[in-house]
Amino acid sequence: MFRSLLRSTTSGSRSVLASHAALHPSSTLTSQLIAVRLLSTETRAAIQKAVDSSPMVVFMKGTPDQPQCGFSRAVVQIMELHGVIPEKVKTYNVLEDPELRNGIKEFSEWPTIPQVYVNGEFVGGCDIVLGLHQSGELEELLEKHEIIPKIPADAAPNPSS
Amino acid sequence: MPVSVEDLEKTLRSAIKVEYLEIVDESSGCGESYRILVVSDAFEGKGTLARHRFVNEILKDYISQMHAFSQKSLTVKQYQATLN
Repeated sequence: MFRSLLRSTTSGSRSVLASHAALHPSSTLTSQLIAVRLLSTETRAAIQKAVDSSPMVVFMKGTPDQPQCGFSRAVVQIMELHGVIPEKVKTYNVLEDPELRNGIKEFSEWPTIPQVYVNGEFVGGCDIVLGLHQSGELEELLEKHEIIPKIPADAAPNPSS
Repeated sequence: MPVSVEDLEKTLRSAIKVEYLEIVDESSGCGESYRILVVSDAFEGKGTLARHRFVNEILKDYISQMHAFSQKSLTVKQYQATLN
């Protein structure tokens, strides 16, 4: 249904950082350790490109069809509830890519997954997205960036009998 | 070394004036997954994301050891409103 339409990285396809790793093979242990611990310019650029590539970008554990964590699943459920347009969303499975899993935490300066970006800006994790959903701000944000269709002004705001 | 409730409480209270605090270990005692509620007027004037980043910074050494962490950060007034 909706979930299978969301574009996401699946095993067998290259993740956002796979091509970067191939360009910089590290021969020494030290350089490998440094590569793991610091967010390199290339990794940062790759992630920046990913967050700018789509109106909504979600870094999660698992895929929309098969989330691998309750918080990631909750974010997907909220997105489905709002009816996000699949073509406007890109998801990345951090479990497939340890470099991304660490890199995104450094990039966003945020310690946990999932992480939601809208219009290239970090929005928050599961708690924040849930809070925005409950306050109505998420719907506004998604409408503003055309991730969900706007409801026409003359339509009834509430179900009517 | 798993993170204890005491670790989190001590660190928070020494960083900001905490009016009310709830720390729930959601990993059944393993110290790996925590959900917290922090009530403090240190949050006054900060938006939600700023509050979360603020708390994340205070607890960052502990959060990096956890599998999962979620928080609710309210001012005293906001918390009192939830009690009514």
